[in-house]
Amino acid sequence: MLKLGKAGRHEVKFTLNGRPVSGWASARMLLSDFLRQELGETGTHVGCEHGVCGACTVRVENRAVRSCLYLAVQADGLNIQTVEGLAGDDGELNALQRAFRKHHALQCGYCTPGILMSLTDLFDRTPNPDRAQIEDVVGGHICRCTGYAGIMAAALEVAGQPQQ
Amino acid sequence: MKPHNFDYYRPDTIDEALSLLAEGGDEVQVIAGGQSLMAMLNLRVVMTDALIDISRLAALSYCREIDGCLEVGAAVTQAELLHHPGLAEIQPLLAKALPNVGHFQTRNRGTVCGSLAHADPSSELPLCLALLEGEVVLRSATGERRLRAAEFQTGMMETARRPDELIVAARFPVALPGAGYSFAEVTRRHGDFAIVGLAGMAHNGHIRLGVGGVADGPAVREWRLKPDQCDDVLNAFAWDMEGVDDIHATAQYRRQIVRRLGRKVLEEAGHAQTR
Repeated sequence: MLKLGKAGRHEVKFTLNGRPVSGWASARMLLSDFLRQELGETGTHVGCEHGVCGACTVRVENRAVRSCLYLAVQADGLNIQTVEGLAGDDGELNALQRAFRKHHALQCGYCTPGILMSLTDLFDRTPNPDRAQIEDVVGGHICRCTGYAGIMAAALEVAGQPQQ
Repeated sequence: MKPHNFDYYRPDTIDEALSLLAEGGDEVQVIAGGQSLMAMLNLRVVMTDALIDISRLAALSYCREIDGCLEVGAAVTQAELLHHPGLAEIQPLLAKALPNVGHFQTRNRGTVCGSLAHADPSSELPLCLALLEGEVVLRSATGERRLRAAEFQTGMMETARRPDELIVAARFPVALPGAGYSFAEVTRRHGDFAIVGLAGMAHNGHIRLGVGGVADGPAVREWRLKPDQCDDVLNAFAWDMEGVDDIHATAQYRRQIVRRLGRKVLEEAGHAQTR
């Protein structure tokens, strides 16, 4: 049994975007804060910190989840993917990111990393999702710039679905 | 906001979890998916001395059919149950209700039993368990007991779970032969907390309606009527639940949902019958 005391910090190791990483976290430290503050991976954004806005969404074991509702110590030994892992090693944007740029699916960009991670999960599990499936996934995010039209257009293009 | 500090335990077996609960009592909290508990810890609505994490307990990560029920282990997420092979035939009500539980992202982590343990009056899974007259399986270091849904959920976010007990599974009765099931809810946007949630069942000349979000917990009534004869009983049911005004809706609006959408849900259940 793993027992971590409230005092002190504990070593947390996991695979981040395909490479092993480690850092130190108190028992109460959120995964979102661990990624940003301990590992310096600031692509994951923090909005509401109670699971509503979706900005902090990352993939844990390939599932899109809220990293603000996940303890860093719970992620120990698991496989984590963040927005930093989407582009190629040469920095070239992937198809979903290119579609976001093409369709103006972001303005301020604060919600974008979370939406990209959720849609990546959807496309991995459902190769050609329909509009309703995409809306269900995007519905778990709050975007106050775009009105969602650009986000839907980008996702529908990647899904190979008609834009209307 | 950030949670205050706590000890973190990740037991490797159910027995280890039970002995932690026996020692910890009121001072500890069980966490599975944490999709309600983590938010409450972050907001410091809940303070705890220690968390006992059961999310990785393989012994609780199963769905099986037993004694005419679909038994769902305490580590099974809402997404896993939604994608359980054949769920729409095994229990159509769950297949219809689960897409309304939270969002895609929270269903990936939130557990079925955790939702029952949280016992939010407007939440979908306690409503389904109540309508189907399912059971919650509770285990402690001294033994196991099974409580019917109506015995388990005692009030608004209150259950009959004792501090030394762990919810190990929930048992949802499988679909009765020929019965029809339906589900609908009213929310501000899809995935939000339901203002009113409604679950219906039609079987053998009987109709049954479950309502969440009006009383302190799910309320269930059954009548020997046809769905198109139910206006009077729905009106009486709507008043009996004694809903109150809150920031989301007035009591009057809630009664109206029960009357109008209640009838629609019962009609849908009637049409979904296969004999």
